[in-house]
Amino acid sequence: MGKKRKWPAVYLAIVFAVLYAPIFYLMFYSFNSGGTMYSFEGFTLDWYREVFQDTRLLIIVLNTVIIALLSALISTIIGVFGALAIMYVRTQRTKNTLLSLNNVLIVSPDVIIGASFLILFTFIGIKLGFVSVLLAHIAFSVPIVVIMVLPKLQEMSPTLIDAARDLGASRLDVLTKVVLPYITPGIFAGFFMALTYSLDDFAVTFFVTGNGFTTLSVEIYSLARQGISLQINALSTLIFLVTLGLVTGYYFISKRSGGLAGMGVRK
Amino acid sequence: MSNKSKNLFLIPYVFWIALFVIAPLVLVLFYSFRGLDGNFTLSNYANFFSSTYLQLTVSSFWYAFLITLFAFLISYPTALLLTKTRHKQLWLLLIIVPSWINILLKVYAFLGIFGTYGLANALLEVVGIGSKQILFTDFSFVFVSVYIFIPFMILPIYNSLDKLSPTLVDASRDLGASSWKTFRHVIFPLTIDGVKAGCQLVFIPSLSLFMITRLIAGNQVITLGTAIEQHFLVTQDWGMGATIAVFLIIAMILIMFLTGNRKRGLMNGKKA
Repeated sequence: MGKKRKWPAVYLAIVFAVLYAPIFYLMFYSFNSGGTMYSFEGFTLDWYREVFQDTRLLIIVLNTVIIALLSALISTIIGVFGALAIMYVRTQRTKNTLLSLNNVLIVSPDVIIGASFLILFTFIGIKLGFVSVLLAHIAFSVPIVVIMVLPKLQEMSPTLIDAARDLGASRLDVLTKVVLPYITPGIFAGFFMALTYSLDDFAVTFFVTGNGFTTLSVEIYSLARQGISLQINALSTLIFLVTLGLVTGYYFISKRSGGLAGMGVRK
Repeated sequence: MSNKSKNLFLIPYVFWIALFVIAPLVLVLFYSFRGLDGNFTLSNYANFFSSTYLQLTVSSFWYAFLITLFAFLISYPTALLLTKTRHKQLWLLLIIVPSWINILLKVYAFLGIFGTYGLANALLEVVGIGSKQILFTDFSFVFVSVYIFIPFMILPIYNSLDKLSPTLVDASRDLGASSWKTFRHVIFPLTIDGVKAGCQLVFIPSLSLFMITRLIAGNQVITLGTAIEQHFLVTQDWGMGATIAVFLIIAMILIMFLTGNRKRGLMNGKKA
């Protein structure tokens, strides 16, 4: 048995090593005083200092966060409405149609979303910049929120609503005091997913961002196109830490709402 | 619920669908019939069926096929072994974490690793092969893409393997089937849905991601996604870009139809 047990472990170890090597490679060289990604000369925190002193970069980070929070908030509201709408639609056919339309933006490649939104914004005359990026982020986050909230609504027993109605609750009361509290974990999970999708998005933003406005992903892309700069390494170490924090946060949220159901791979 | 409350919920949602799902698709189709001068034309479609674009489509599909194949070959054993580990939820989480890291940063890391003096060439020197030009080749493009898509492939396969009842495997072994036979006739057929879902999650993005090609492959590889980006943001020929987008959408629908995207959770992954 001993020998048989060994190979699987070796295989898994290699897969994990390959998966994590590039990330740690990046982080390692963020402390390199040499300025290249191949010969480590000495330990330095200069690149981090540079990141924190770069006002332009900090404004971009701020922009990214504002876009993420606003788009997550608005898309959560629309998404919750959407999930309720899908839930209470009477015919199965309408329900399926709504669900398919909902999933279009989830399965579409980013280039298609980006290109078609670029056409849309130009067509209706929205200037490319903060507003167009915000609208685009809201647009692609809504279906994700719907997908996160809908299962919660579906698992809710209809007897709860009947009971509330029998006891004299108005329709608004049923919504705010029975339905919404019940689906709250789903709403939080949806908000959180929307937040991370927005923070992470590159391709769609790249299409609709125009000249004056930049988010972090787009900035990293334009920096990376110019070649290696250890400032990006320092930045990615910081982003990695934030990501880890978010993953942990999400892990606990989804644990509270029952299982890792919504935990998925991300682009 | 009665009519009134239901209709109110529908208003913002249907507005969103109309504006951001239906309108963009209609506009892409509309623009694909527009020439550079803004008049109706079929020349974009004629162009698409010329040799340049057909070649591009074929090579884009070929690369996507290679990426999907390699991702599958690496992911299936990984998923299979993961289901047998003791703390499998934790290990799975560790597979997922890299996929949460911004894709650009991972691609950027390979600019360093595959660079002239990078880790890969240093290893090649040690082995005695000597350093090579790795960056800006189609090899580096396929490698980095496979690297990026592995978690997307592992997760659905893992989920289907995890759902597979172990009694079926035991029964097969009890009835005298070898490990390989059990795998071929029991395990693999029963997890084919997960494989299909994984292929779908890898194939469509590999056709369309343009940042990997731009950063890693230089101009050695041009995919459908790169061509769309080029037409919209560089040459400003939106008509041609929209035409390619129409074909990418058609390809996407065909792939989804082939891999049967009916009941599986879309949670397994995202558009990419």
